[in-house]
Amino acid sequence: MAKIQVEDLTKVFGKRPSRAIKLLEQGKSKDEILEETGCTVGVNRTSFSVEAGEIFVIMGLSGSGKSTLVRLLNRLIDPTEGSVWVDGDDLARMDDKGLRKIRREKMSMVFQQFGLFPFRTILDNVAYGLEIQGLEEEEKKKKADEALQLVGLGGYGNMYPDELSGGMQQRVGLARALAADTDILLMDEAFSALDPLIRKEMQDELLELQGRMKKTIVFITHDLDEALRLGDRITIMKDGRIVQIGTPEDILQHPADDYVAKFVEDVDRSKVFTAEAVMKRPEVLTIDKDGPRVALQRMKKEGISSLYVTNKDRTLLGIVHADEVSDLVEQGSEDIRSVLHEDVPTVQKDTVVKEMIELLTYKNTPVAVIDEENKIVGIVVRGSVMALLSGKEVSAVE
Amino acid sequence: MSNITPLPLADWIDAFVEWLTQAEFIFGPLTDFIGYLISGFEWFFGIFPPWLLLLIMVGLTFWFAGRKIGLTVFVLLGLLLIWNLGYWEDMVLTLAIVLTAGVISIVIGVPMGIWMSRSSAVEGAIKPVLDFMQTMPAFVYLIPAVAFFGIGMVPGVVASVIFAMPPTIRFTNLGIRQVPTEIIEASEAFGSTGNQKLFKVQLPMAKTTIMAGINQTIMLALSMVVIASMIGADGLGTAVYFAVGRNDVGGGFEAGLAIVIVAIILDRLTQGIGASKRK
Repeated sequence: MAKIQVEDLTKVFGKRPSRAIKLLEQGKSKDEILEETGCTVGVNRTSFSVEAGEIFVIMGLSGSGKSTLVRLLNRLIDPTEGSVWVDGDDLARMDDKGLRKIRREKMSMVFQQFGLFPFRTILDNVAYGLEIQGLEEEEKKKKADEALQLVGLGGYGNMYPDELSGGMQQRVGLARALAADTDILLMDEAFSALDPLIRKEMQDELLELQGRMKKTIVFITHDLDEALRLGDRITIMKDGRIVQIGTPEDILQHPADDYVAKFVEDVDRSKVFTAEAVMKRPEVLTIDKDGPRVALQRMKKEGISSLYVTNKDRTLLGIVHADEVSDLVEQGSEDIRSVLHEDVPTVQKDTVVKEMIELLTYKNTPVAVIDEENKIVGIVVRGSVMALLSGKEVSAVE
Repeated sequence: MSNITPLPLADWIDAFVEWLTQAEFIFGPLTDFIGYLISGFEWFFGIFPPWLLLLIMVGLTFWFAGRKIGLTVFVLLGLLLIWNLGYWEDMVLTLAIVLTAGVISIVIGVPMGIWMSRSSAVEGAIKPVLDFMQTMPAFVYLIPAVAFFGIGMVPGVVASVIFAMPPTIRFTNLGIRQVPTEIIEASEAFGSTGNQKLFKVQLPMAKTTIMAGINQTIMLALSMVVIASMIGADGLGTAVYFAVGRNDVGGGFEAGLAIVIVAIILDRLTQGIGASKRK
């Protein structure tokens, strides 16, 4: 079951929300409803689910309703209609006591302007959630300190927020959320207030932490590059509605409409797509079975000038080139190993295309894609990378 | 205009006050309570011999008002002057009245301010009342105060409270409302109860602003001291009041100077407590 399940969630700000809801159901637009009722539609009947352990990015420009949406998830804003199921409980219909329990035990939040308490020390800031949970003084200190270590601010516990830089303050914000030890992290534009270099550093760190902790993260951002970097799945919002939900590659390859298409137009695709997305099924030579003649014939058939050589279990051994194999055949030798080049360019499945470009530029051979056990799973040729970068459909191996 | 009968507003108010004074069962205990508070402060200050109390006040100013040497020396000299001029007893009485009025204002005003900050309706209802309390000439409060509480220190304190309380209420309300939304959200997002939010986040965040309000309240209460002396609230005010009656410029000036010195001490002290110790 999904960790968070959102159904028909709607938020209308204003005095007569019920009328606005009726108009929404009639399919009126946000502007028309504002005109007629004076109500602002924040979030318009959105449904989605967030799986445990994924980073779910909600992306949209300002006014798209993304910040409202994340506040509906922990009910900092009360929904007008709809449900938010967290581990099977509907937050929207919960009493205050139940809601507080969920907030204490299940979800914590990181804020755009950090939301730190200026009159508390860093350690006491981090310990806030634990204090609310009612932990003993000593355990509280210990856990808060661990969380601070985790974000690399071990020695800063006795300082105050205004003594730290923005990036460090947001680490404190993150530590405060992590210290509460909740499954779900809501991050509202958490890195938007940081300058680009620090932002990238924080993104890397979040990914690294996530690799270890496997939280369920709902991350709000207006920055598409950030969304693509962090998101396992991305939701694109516009005018309070969800326009598209998908993996980063989905969204780049199959934009749901013109809005999304225009949005993703300028994205550096080479940073998003991985070897897996552009690789083709490899033609290989099995070393103990196939000789030089088979190799030549196979190259001729495929119209290629080199061939990867593997074991029976597809472990990559090296590459052979057509000219050398053909010499071998003329000499009447069967020893394919004598012309085997072991120094071959390889990448992993999750290597991004950007990092392969150099390999493809200087060597005239395709790049081999291997798995953890050094087995070949595909090859990447220049043509498919160029097709991808130009925005054309590429055919990945099934 | 002469044909139109004026509204008998004064009669109505008289009647209302007359009716209120019947409520002895309320004003009796209240008078006693405020009386006890004043005597309590007086007794407390009386424990110390003047020289010790003087040193304590100098020490407090030094400690709380940012350890400024110049200010400390000024306070020392000022208090010595008051002692020397023979106004020490009066000053203690004045302090007792001002502190009593201050304590009552804080005890009522801060919760009122908190209440106001939680609801715009309450804010809308209380604000005009506060405006009324502050703009009505302070002398006017003396009349009903005498009617309800008789002559003496107690009505002086009551009039001071009415006149001096609004800033505490206003600043408490303002201070809490000024806490950034994100910080409130942070506190709520971790599952704080209303009280946890209030005591762990809102009040600490609003502390400086609230203390500015309390500072104002104490200053206003002190400014009521002279006015309240007209209804028998003893202290430095009485000295000024009598000097005015006797056209005694020198005596009036002496007593007035004593009030100024007390005002500066109270102002710096309350400001010092309000300012964050951490810069």
